[in-house]
Amino acid sequence: MSRLNAYALTWRLPIIIWQILFFLGPLLFMIAMSFFLVKNYRMIEAFEFKNWEKMLSRGYVWDSYWLTLGLAALSTAIASLIAFPAAFFLAFKSSENLRRWAIFLLIIPFFTSYLVRTFSWYVILAESGVINALIGNIGLGPYTMLNTKFGTIIGYLTLTLPLVVILQTVSLANVDKNLIQAAQNLGCSPWRTIRAVIIPSAKAGLIIAALFCFILSFGDFVAPYYLGGSKPPTLPILIIDTTKSGQQWPRAAVVAVMMMVTLFTIAFASIMLAYRKRVSK
Amino acid sequence: MRGASITWALRIYLLLIFTFVFAPIVFSVIFSFNSDRFPTIPLGSFTTEWYAKIFADSEVWEAARNSLIVSLSTCILATILGFCTAYSDYRYNFKFKGPYLALVLLPPTIPLIIMALAMLAWFSKIGVSGQLWSIIIAHSVLTAPFAMAIIRLRLNQIDPNLEPAAWNLGASEWRTMREVIVPFCKPAIFSALFLTAAISFDEFAVAWFVSGLNKTIPVLVLEIVQGNIDPRVNAIGTFVFFISMTLVILAQLFFLARLNTKADPQ
Repeated sequence: MSRLNAYALTWRLPIIIWQILFFLGPLLFMIAMSFFLVKNYRMIEAFEFKNWEKMLSRGYVWDSYWLTLGLAALSTAIASLIAFPAAFFLAFKSSENLRRWAIFLLIIPFFTSYLVRTFSWYVILAESGVINALIGNIGLGPYTMLNTKFGTIIGYLTLTLPLVVILQTVSLANVDKNLIQAAQNLGCSPWRTIRAVIIPSAKAGLIIAALFCFILSFGDFVAPYYLGGSKPPTLPILIIDTTKSGQQWPRAAVVAVMMMVTLFTIAFASIMLAYRKRVSK
Repeated sequence: MRGASITWALRIYLLLIFTFVFAPIVFSVIFSFNSDRFPTIPLGSFTTEWYAKIFADSEVWEAARNSLIVSLSTCILATILGFCTAYSDYRYNFKFKGPYLALVLLPPTIPLIIMALAMLAWFSKIGVSGQLWSIIIAHSVLTAPFAMAIIRLRLNQIDPNLEPAAWNLGASEWRTMREVIVPFCKPAIFSALFLTAAISFDEFAVAWFVSGLNKTIPVLVLEIVQGNIDPRVNAIGTFVFFISMTLVILAQLFFLARLNTKADPQ
């Protein structure tokens, strides 16, 4: 089947050429660029560690790094926990029809502008916004929600929660129903069934859902900028500032490479964890 | 009894999740018809002022034109690339197929801001940056995996003997492609076109970096939002929302309607 002829190559080659030119090319060039120099606002191709030394020795870069990592991890934990009961309901307790509708509805947000939704949150969460007006009626508040970590997390969840619910639902729905039945027949309480049977069987899907949530939060600049106040900036904001105002593309590349290394490490660890054979006890 | 009340609690919980997910969308639509510059509760009076403003703004029309060009070109390019890849994966086994598929499917897992910087730098280097087609190239890379996935799912449903049958009857590979495979994939192809168009229509990070002075609608929104509170954003957002939703629903009609029926070609 795998003889190479014009026909086979016609279908196979376009994407290889396209992705090497416009996907792999940019990424590799960016890594190379992190070693370039900038003189008089012009980039000079070189192989120096100046940018790396500069960025890695700056306290504010590390502040941003740990802040971004912490916020993304927090967002992942919150999204995974919040999504689980909903996914559990959709996978086990709802009708086929409701599940299909719910998933369809959860896909909708992906096709609405995330920017516009964030702007909407900005107005809702503001000091004189909708939420404070509502709770003001019962004599509470006003609370400051913008320019806080709370604001950032709300933004992250807007981006990630629908996806996490969908992925968790799919992985829970694929758990072998016989297994659950067996656990119940053997006298497992509902809680224990969830903990000892359902979660371990759906482990891979749950971890992948969390991983996607982490990647999206880690790379998002809109929520921390508009809702979080960007003080200190997260890494994506640092990339934008360094690129747009400073003409310091190589330094931005350093930050981007740091992000990629972090993401690959976490993705690799998650996938290992997700697909590791369970040790029998 | 206890089980029933837990089920009800979960039902209400699901409703809360949906409230959270849809609150910003609903409020954005409401605010777009609201007269206050800084909307809150109680709402101001009904107005179409913001829509009148955006429709009178030449910058918005310019951006809309750019967005249209970008998403139309992107969806065609991405769907062609996606189709070729899906067919290669369906039909052939070859060396390095793993890396091949990884090369195609990886882009959506890389944060957009990183792709934005990488593409800006590389496109400047090879001299294709700052143009409308810089965005088209970038978006085709980002959306092709989705087209590939949809078309590949459709190819899963084809009877594997269909293609050999056509060859046995004397059709060349090319003719079989034209008269068997492509017609069979038609719903998925349309679906992929709409879906990739919708993704491209909303993407702002990469478009912002590589576009130079050619703003698309989301990039314009990004710039308006950076300035101050401006309800025009809600009007643009609502308008765009209905365009995107039309595309998505069309994609669903073409695809989901046929996905469950193992139809023969036509």
